[in-house]
Amino acid sequence: MALLFAGRRRPATHQAAAPTSRGRWLHRTLVGWGFAGPATALVVGLSIFPAVWAFLISQQKWNGISPAKPIGWLNYELMAQDPDLLAAVQHTVVFTLLFVPASIFLGMLVAVALNRPIKLVGFYRTCIFVPFVASAAATGILASFVFNPQYGAANSVLRTLGLPQQQFLESQAQALMVICLIALWGQVGFTVVVYLAALQDIPKDVVEAARMDGANRWQVFRNVTLPALGPVTVFTSIWQTITALQLFDLVFTTTRGGPLGATQTIVYYVYTQAFKLTKFGYGSAVAYGLFAATLVITVGMIVYSRRSKIEAF
Amino acid sequence: MRRLPFSPWHLLLMPLALLFALPLVQMVLTAFMPDGDINRFPPRFLPSRLQLDGFIGLFTESSALRWLLNTVIVAAIAVVSQLILCSMAGYGFARLKFFGKQAGFLVILATIMIPTQLLMIPTYVMFSRLGLIDTLAAAFVPWLASAFGIFLMRQFFLSLPAELEDAARIDGCSTFGVFWRVVLPLAKPALATLTVFTLLGSWNDLIWPLVAISDESLYTIQLGLANFQGTRHTQWSLLMAGNVVATMPLIIAFVVAQRQFVATMTFSGLKG
Repeated sequence: MALLFAGRRRPATHQAAAPTSRGRWLHRTLVGWGFAGPATALVVGLSIFPAVWAFLISQQKWNGISPAKPIGWLNYELMAQDPDLLAAVQHTVVFTLLFVPASIFLGMLVAVALNRPIKLVGFYRTCIFVPFVASAAATGILASFVFNPQYGAANSVLRTLGLPQQQFLESQAQALMVICLIALWGQVGFTVVVYLAALQDIPKDVVEAARMDGANRWQVFRNVTLPALGPVTVFTSIWQTITALQLFDLVFTTTRGGPLGATQTIVYYVYTQAFKLTKFGYGSAVAYGLFAATLVITVGMIVYSRRSKIEAF
Repeated sequence: MRRLPFSPWHLLLMPLALLFALPLVQMVLTAFMPDGDINRFPPRFLPSRLQLDGFIGLFTESSALRWLLNTVIVAAIAVVSQLILCSMAGYGFARLKFFGKQAGFLVILATIMIPTQLLMIPTYVMFSRLGLIDTLAAAFVPWLASAFGIFLMRQFFLSLPAELEDAARIDGCSTFGVFWRVVLPLAKPALATLTVFTLLGSWNDLIWPLVAISDESLYTIQLGLANFQGTRHTQWSLLMAGNVVATMPLIIAFVVAQRQFVATMTFSGLKG
């Protein structure tokens, strides 16, 4: 033990005599881990440990009860030939490509509007933010009601406007789009608030100087505001992409993956494989695949933002 | 205050605000609506009369009250535990000098990248071996501490000036005394942020209780609602009453503490 300690510590010349310094060192370590230990142990025990274990499980054929059978990388090889997984990946990608740009565009637009000194701003902000607090379960049930083909409000509105009735969540072609709309309803409040904070951080004198130099409102937005929002945009893009890739709750509480698998997402697929069909090994492999893809996309976005000279991280 | 001229931005904001708020208004109205109003064609937005059948049905035909109590227990344990454990760990990593501190903090940071979906399967196996599956503990143990919480508190403590703590220590305060009596009272904004996030996360969590709990008397309110949808998908006033019960505590908390809430979102959003 003493050797280990000796290697780690710088020479303790400024400290008191040797015996008390050893005692004080031990005391400090105990106090330090007394503070940091319980939370660290919980976090490690509930994330690092299961993450490593999940990798081991992903190399097995295991239903959780009978003995696990080691099969190497077979689960990962099976993933490439699984048409249901490919469909789930496709749905998740489509959802992400719809959801992320829309939530960023809407968030920025609404934040710019809310940043104007107009009446009712507090009311507007509250309205737009409140859905963010509602749970996915409640949102899903409410959406099933609003988009109910027979007596839902959405079709009532279409009828009033003289437009044809829709099947919404019960249509294979529309269900994913409708889920995307519902997700936007719940999530835009978050991007709005983040952008609003970033807008309020832009120094007023820079905007005024640009106005003095004869720039019109659009030019100020294009050349002053938009570049200043770059770092926040990188942050929200990454955040919303991760959220979108992990879509599960809303699907579970609206369509349960249907109709005919049209809204099956990757995490929904992991859930059914692992906990409905008890394929723990295969489920873990798919989850690892998603983790790896998320990591690559996140790193890619950070590298891209660095290249574009946006100081986000 | 001078009268502001009408701004064209209202033309964007008013419809959007209504689009965001009206579904929630309809949720509340439907909860108080007689079934006849809901099932008629074309459907009504305003109820012909207000009645409590939805709520009565919710509380007599299901264990919603029990689920609500379970959710309150889970959320309360999660919040209290995170406030204590994460602020202590955050303080340790920010201010104390001890062996293994850097390594420990790096490990914590690394876990932020790990998505919860990856952890579900081994956590389920681990919990079932510990006998935690189908207990309320299964729902709250994953919320007892979080890497995000430790990180948030550490960043906050680093931003505090150290002089106050030095003064207290010279006056003979123990390390824990300094933390408890001097530092923690200054950390209210960060503690409020942590409370909001833990409350939102633990109250609204669906996928983990879905996996870990199958005993109906141990359901959280979200799990009960999600399950309703399969079994009572035409009893809309009951479903909406359930929605009201499940969302109103957080919505009221949000409206009351709106300023803190928004500050929280931006604090964590930009600096987290």
